[in-house]
Amino acid sequence: MNAATLAAKPLGTPSLVRMVSTVSADPQPQAVAATIEEVPPKPVRAPGVALGKRLLPLTKAIVPPIFGFALLIGVWAMVAMKGSIPGPLQTWDAAVVLFSDPFYSNGPNDQGIGWNVLSSLKRVAVGFGFAALVGIPAGFIIGRFAFMNSMVSPIISLLRPVSPLAWLPIGLMVFKQADPAATWTIFICSIWPMIINTAVGVQRVPRDYMNVARVLDLSEWKIVTRILFPSVLPYMLTGIRLSIGTAWLVIVAAEMLTGGVGIGFWVWDEWNNLKVEHIIIAIFVIGIVGLALEQMLILIARRFSYGNA
Amino acid sequence: MALPMVKVENVGMSFDTKQGAFVALRDIDLTISQGEVVTLIGHSGCGKSTLLNLIAGLTLPSSGLLLCDGREIAGPGPERAVVFQNHSLLPWLTCFENVYLAVERVFGQKEGKPKLKVRTRDALALVHMDHAMHKYPHEISGGMKQRVGIARAFAMEPKILLMDEPFGALDALTRASLQDELMNVMEETGATVVMVTHDVDEAVLLSDRIVMMTNGPAATIGEILKVDLPWPRRRLDLAHDAKFVDHRAALLEFLYQKQLRKAA
Repeated sequence: MNAATLAAKPLGTPSLVRMVSTVSADPQPQAVAATIEEVPPKPVRAPGVALGKRLLPLTKAIVPPIFGFALLIGVWAMVAMKGSIPGPLQTWDAAVVLFSDPFYSNGPNDQGIGWNVLSSLKRVAVGFGFAALVGIPAGFIIGRFAFMNSMVSPIISLLRPVSPLAWLPIGLMVFKQADPAATWTIFICSIWPMIINTAVGVQRVPRDYMNVARVLDLSEWKIVTRILFPSVLPYMLTGIRLSIGTAWLVIVAAEMLTGGVGIGFWVWDEWNNLKVEHIIIAIFVIGIVGLALEQMLILIARRFSYGNA
Repeated sequence: MALPMVKVENVGMSFDTKQGAFVALRDIDLTISQGEVVTLIGHSGCGKSTLLNLIAGLTLPSSGLLLCDGREIAGPGPERAVVFQNHSLLPWLTCFENVYLAVERVFGQKEGKPKLKVRTRDALALVHMDHAMHKYPHEISGGMKQRVGIARAFAMEPKILLMDEPFGALDALTRASLQDELMNVMEETGATVVMVTHDVDEAVLLSDRIVMMTNGPAATIGEILKVDLPWPRRRLDLAHDAKFVDHRAALLEFLYQKQLRKAA
């Protein structure tokens, strides 16, 4: 949403510039202008005003966040002075060292932050991929057949509020390994939003489109590929966006419990090493990666939103 | 007289509601001949769209029988093409692809891709939309969307074309130009058409017969007016035509004297 307003605002102003310049380029005033010497300054001043107006939204968009971050860092620095938490400068120095060599590897328990982030992302991708593979078709079936919906929705309602971490022991027991167990929790937490949003999307396919399908007497395959799938896609992408958000939340906690290589484990490991500045860096890294994932999916979703036809 | 294309025999339609059964239509008997243009007119809520949906097969009657070309109507099918009021183009397909989807369904078994593409282009050319065929529905105006909807229906070469207030959502000028265009297309193709409308001028201008429906609930056919005007018809010539004015008056009389709706 923020990105949309950011993009929309600067677009509005050039038309104002164009309006000013077309007024001065109007043939009639120009004929008059030829005899009066004092007219030329006007068009010079007009773009100046326009430039100021064009910068205004930009400053409006940039200045408040800068204040926000300044406040955050200020509070952080004050808290750091009183207590044992490392301050912004100390953390910055640690970050410079850390990011100068993000991909070193001294055995499984001591790897660069790059490796840790990547292995967390890999777990999320695999768990999330399986969830999509199962959840999207399941959502289609549940949305399409009322019987399946009434059959499955009580189960979903029961299981959805359960923290995915509660499933971790089951994963450990079944897979006998930490790594697939972490992936398993990601699978569990990603699958619900995917099933529910896909099913809702299928149920909300406009009746008109289904009537078109009925009049044309399309095959079930054509109905799925030409009508259901494109119509459900925006809902599906919302489901995907929600699940990737939760998946990224859950992976940190899951890795703290399972160990291995990963950003969550790394946070725990640095806690054991009492390198608190690394924990703060990790918080920023987790936030930035989560934000990037979310923005990426918003961009994809915008590509597939059809104009109001 | 040409062969009967659609026969509606003693059809009634009731819907189940919380307050019990709601009778929408009763005792409908109607025969539509091949090549005939019939409009259904009446106040809103008189069940004219319900009757159209019954012929389309989108809903099935509670009682009675509907036949199309001698066979019972048991569901929707491409031989009874529908032009929906709100065009119902698929927004993720271009105009061309929207029409092609229908063409492919009807002729895909017998004909190759090049032939299907020619059919699609011809249909769009028929309604003068060939210039914008690769645009998406949200990129064109309401009138243009409705043209594409009509092209999609005609491209299927249906036995009968069903139109549910096809121009209801358009402004008066656009509506007039689309009516003229529809008249041309109907003449070129000799199509059998059933159209729902609430526009008196549209009904007289386009129809061979006008079916006037009484007010609901339990609506039925009140009167049938045979429009005695020669084809091709031209809007301007008809404006002062005595017969046109008479027909128009007869419709208005039916709608606003005999079936006056109590003030809501």
